Amino acid sequence: MAKIKFKLNDEFRTIDVQPNEVLLDVLRDKLGVKSPKCGCDRGDCGACAVMINGKSVRSCLVLAVEVDVQEVRTLEGISKPKLTKLQKAFIEFNSFQCGYCAPGVIISATELLEHNPKPDLEEIKEALSGNLCRCTGYKPIFDAILDVTHKEKKK
Amino acid sequence: MAIAHEFEYFRPDNLKEVLNLLKKYGDKARILAGGTDLTVYIKEGLEHPEAVIDIKQVRELKSVEVQTDGLYIGAKATFSDILSYREIKKNYLLLWESARSVASVGIRNRATLIGNICSAVPSLDSAPALLCYNAVVHLLGQRGERAIPITDWFVAPRITAKQPDEIVLGVNIPKPSGKQTGCYLKLGRYGGEDLAQAGLGVLYSERFGFRLAYCAVGPIPKRAEKIEKLLQGKTLTDALIEKAKDLVLSEISPITDIRSGKEYRMHMCQIMLQRGLLACVDRMNGKQVDTLRILGG
Repeated sequence: MAKIKFKLNDEFRTIDVQPNEVLLDVLRDKLGVKSPKCGCDRGDCGACAVMINGKSVRSCLVLAVEVDVQEVRTLEGISKPKLTKLQKAFIEFNSFQCGYCAPGVIISATELLEHNPKPDLEEIKEALSGNLCRCTGYKPIFDAILDVTHKEKKK
Repeated sequence: MAIAHEFEYFRPDNLKEVLNLLKKYGDKARILAGGTDLTVYIKEGLEHPEAVIDIKQVRELKSVEVQTDGLYIGAKATFSDILSYREIKKNYLLLWESARSVASVGIRNRATLIGNICSAVPSLDSAPALLCYNAVVHLLGQRGERAIPITDWFVAPRITAKQPDEIVLGVNIPKPSGKQTGCYLKLGRYGGEDLAQAGLGVLYSERFGFRLAYCAVGPIPKRAEKIEKLLQGKTLTDALIEKAKDLVLSEISPITDIRSGKEYRMHMCQIMLQRGLLACVDRMNGKQVDTLRILGG
């Protein structure tokens, strides 16, 4: 058992973990952070995405011990203190149906807009290529992101 | 899903400690950098290490270093790190495009190029580039450092020239001489995240002509030397391209698997050669070519 201390959504957390515990399980089952979901459990689907030190990662492929002294941000952190413009656009465009992929999609899209505030459709598709959505066919997701970036352009 | 297998976890901050752990555990130790392969292997029971050695805090290990005569890609360099260098996009386009083709952003943020060549699955996207650039792999073991040309690195699927007591420090990529360009063509089942059904790296220089390497169509990635020799010093004409395509089947030995049939791979490798050669010539003449679009999908 190892004691790890890390920043989770701007709060310091200290917790005991076994070397073989996966970050996704520790976040969900030990720390009650439920936005990352288990989909494929092998890094293909993107449902478990969280950010480590500002970069999106697959929490199903990260050992919990690895985040010792690192900074982890989940959708819960992104949504504080209020929903972002991107999240509001996803609601407006009814971008998600079942919602299982939504946290991962929002994390990938947030990361994209941080680096590239005005992506074209191809760049959006590339950035979201690791997030599988089985409900929507992606169209309302892309539309929402394009709408946010389009509005930004007008200003 | 939790991992059933139990192991010890170490996070040394210096290479001496890494070597001591490797000496102690031998082939029961696995090195962890990005973990995008290793974690899956442990989860799915393909690997049963007693010790997992996390090297992300080892201070001597490097990320990317741009040097005047080449590049050094250290064991800490992720694919996202590689993509972030303008110098790499400008002067090592084949490497840059290969890095861009790996999985998705969330994997590239974590996965390292060195991890990719250590996993050494036949479809690894980084291999054609390293083979074309004549990269050199640098290792450190109990008996000191040694360097292995990338052509001697891949031994069999998932087996490399690395010994259990060694760690890969990085790879050196010499800067190609003269005016040069390159491209990486990756055949996938669809655009976006997928493993390669076939991959082709093309490096084209005014000085040395074409260098070509395939991945995912043989047990190990390899240079297509017969085709290189045929093209040596000649102007690329339609007739020459047809001759080169005839040689493709003598360079590759694909299998049928979940991603595609052997015959489809054989056919597509010829198409990829033609399009890759032409794309490089176009690029050399200053034309914009997005290789992601060449194969559709």
